[in-house]
Amino acid sequence: MDSIKSWLARSGMGSVLILALIIVVVFPLTMDLFRLNLVGKYLTYAFVAVGLVMLWGYGGVLSLGQGVFFGLGGYMMAMFMKLEASDPETTKIQSTPGIPDFMDWNQITELPLWWEPFRHLPLALLAVLLVPTLLAFIISFAMFRRRVGGVYFAIITQAVCLILTVLIVGQQGYTGGVNGITDLKTILGWDTRTDEAKYVLYFLNAGLLIASILLCRWIQLSKLGTLLLAMRDKEDRVRFSGYDVSMFKVFAFCLAAMLSAIGGAMFVLQVGFMSPSLVGIVPSIEMVIFAAVGGRMSLVGAVYGALLVNFGKTYFSESFPDLWLFLMAALFIGVVLAFPNGLAGLYESHVKPRLGKRKDKPAAGTDSTPSSDVPPATPLHSGAPHGGKPLARTALPDGVQGTSA
Amino acid sequence: MADKKDPIQTPLTDEQRRKVLMGMAAMPAMMMPGMALAQAAQFPTAKVNTTKLAVTDTEVVVGQLHSATGTMAISETGSIQAEQLAIDQINAMGGVLGRKIRVIKEDGASDWPTFAEKSKKLLVQDKVACVFGCWTSASRKAVLPIFEKENGMLYYPTFYEGLEQSKNVIYTGQEATQQILYGLDWAAKEKKAKTFFLVGSDYIWPRTSMKIARKHIESVAKLGKVAGEEYYPLGHTNFNSLINKIKLAKPDCIFAAVVGGSNVAFYKQLKAAGITADKQFLLTISVTEDEVLGIGGENIAGFYSSMKYFQSLDNANNKAFVEAFKKAYGPKSVIGDVTQAGYLGPWIWKATVEKAGSFDVDKIAAASGGIELKTAPEGYVKVHENHHLWSKARIGQAQLDGQFKVVAESPELIEPNPFPKGYQ
Repeated sequence: MDSIKSWLARSGMGSVLILALIIVVVFPLTMDLFRLNLVGKYLTYAFVAVGLVMLWGYGGVLSLGQGVFFGLGGYMMAMFMKLEASDPETTKIQSTPGIPDFMDWNQITELPLWWEPFRHLPLALLAVLLVPTLLAFIISFAMFRRRVGGVYFAIITQAVCLILTVLIVGQQGYTGGVNGITDLKTILGWDTRTDEAKYVLYFLNAGLLIASILLCRWIQLSKLGTLLLAMRDKEDRVRFSGYDVSMFKVFAFCLAAMLSAIGGAMFVLQVGFMSPSLVGIVPSIEMVIFAAVGGRMSLVGAVYGALLVNFGKTYFSESFPDLWLFLMAALFIGVVLAFPNGLAGLYESHVKPRLGKRKDKPAAGTDSTPSSDVPPATPLHSGAPHGGKPLARTALPDGVQGTSA
Repeated sequence: MADKKDPIQTPLTDEQRRKVLMGMAAMPAMMMPGMALAQAAQFPTAKVNTTKLAVTDTEVVVGQLHSATGTMAISETGSIQAEQLAIDQINAMGGVLGRKIRVIKEDGASDWPTFAEKSKKLLVQDKVACVFGCWTSASRKAVLPIFEKENGMLYYPTFYEGLEQSKNVIYTGQEATQQILYGLDWAAKEKKAKTFFLVGSDYIWPRTSMKIARKHIESVAKLGKVAGEEYYPLGHTNFNSLINKIKLAKPDCIFAAVVGGSNVAFYKQLKAAGITADKQFLLTISVTEDEVLGIGGENIAGFYSSMKYFQSLDNANNKAFVEAFKKAYGPKSVIGDVTQAGYLGPWIWKATVEKAGSFDVDKIAAASGGIELKTAPEGYVKVHENHHLWSKARIGQAQLDGQFKVVAESPELIEPNPFPKGYQ
């Protein structure tokens, strides 16, 4: 029993379990389907936020262009569903039946070749994962090899956002333009709009999200996670120690991109359309805000951040349709001013110490309960990269508190 | 419609109007409760609402879904105001089937996923009887599957590209052919235009409109030829290369569908390049009084616009409407084509509910075809079986003061045809 407890505490699994419980049990039991569907939509943004924790919080690379990957993942999924929705029977009113309606409006008379793979679900799913990741690899490889970083990299990601938006809007015959790809209904004949399908998709979404968090947590606890942190704080030292810094950053960027793409695909499944308004600069920055509100070092915090911000958005805009943007702004400014480490930081600094005191007696036997006010067990070896030992976990730099997942 | 009292036909006194503006609080004082109750009793809730809509013995809830914030807010505000005005006026007359209309406002925030979310909320949670809303094609496309799935009713006010027809939408604006064909014919006949230069923003509405225009010019009506066709991204502000192309092509007519913020740059740069109304004939299908506010009357004066409604229309309905609108939203407010179309929505819905004797969406959808409105500011309109409006086309010439002078009007109502044969 004690070993389970200590494992839970050490690996930060406790908070993941609580989150899983909230998402999988509490929400479905307490909300009607409409609200649950909304939560499902918010949770698709959480994929992006979790990716940002790895990329920004751990890797130290701020990307203001995650909408690109969210959007690409979504578009890949939407293309498959659109083709399925455009069978010759339902589109017989068009000049060319059997192609998506927006192509017909733009005088395109046959399906372009690069749409063909999206007739097949396995290929489409593969594309959801691989196309955004490949793009992320190309961008990040080109940038990080040349040691472009920091603000410059953030600006470039913004440029990529803009380019992709302009491309999608401009090539409307192939992409649906500003309207996006709409009226998506089925996957292999399975109607995604029924009540039952909404439950299935919600739980699929929740399951994938928790799996993503576990994957990221596993990476954080591995040597790779330690290296990412080390790189973030003293990139040169890691480089001088013989590590290929750029490839680690490329990895973090690709990981974040792939997670975003999964989120995008789940978004399309649950919301039923995709449009360039989800690719652009504004949604990309919003996604960074989710991570910031939740705490950029905390994987579960990012999920809470995405939920809180979107709940706020929905609630404020329903209750105060004329004022809600001001209230949202107040929320952001308030969180950033009062809790620079986000919700997770708040938990670490205020809630956890008290819990720790209460727990002190039963947990006295195990010295591995991580607590922010316990000094590092091993002082940092100056100059050397963190060793591969799990001990390094307690030896985090100042200001990095929310590491318990 | 003949047996109904209408505030447009029988103008309210000033005092009554003020009360309309004071909103719901003032309503009971002036709604002749006895009459309304009698009417409500005549239509028991169990009978007029068999689909669990938010309709009680005294109240019917409707939704309003526009962008109150974001980039589209400036365009959609007019529609929000006009719809609210119509609803207030209907309530002042005693409501619909003896029930007062209560509006649930939602903000689409110029964001299409938000439109989808809010429309679902209005239909699933609030169970509204109908929704007045959407402005851009993109927002309509985003909510359309939801309205069809949840069986809601949307009154959509904007002139749009056509190619769509739904049981769950009433389109109170013009589809593309209603706006374009008459204007082109008029340009060829009155302005002797033989060459046309087509220019638009790059999205579905201008693209489809220009496709129809080109077919009409070149093959259907054989008016002449197209000297050029150019599209620019939404929000584009540098039209110098376009202006050079226009100068080279020397078209008889510039046919424009540039929208939003681009309009301001487009007309200012035309003027700066010396392309003004005394030298060049320009016909637009995207500039209403609302847009002229941003463009500035001096930059567009003399050019022509093809719409179904202009604020300056000279008829009794419109005079009453303009007066009521200015009373409610200030003497400086202007009314564009879409604002008027928004105003029609609640009135058409009311007439349809009264004809169907029910709020149920299926019955409304079935009863919509053939609904007439004699009190519309644009004049008599009728709902077609395809859920679009029969309406007239008009050509207005922009004036320095930002108003339009109506110079031509189609003799008959033009039949809406969202899937025009020969134009595909």
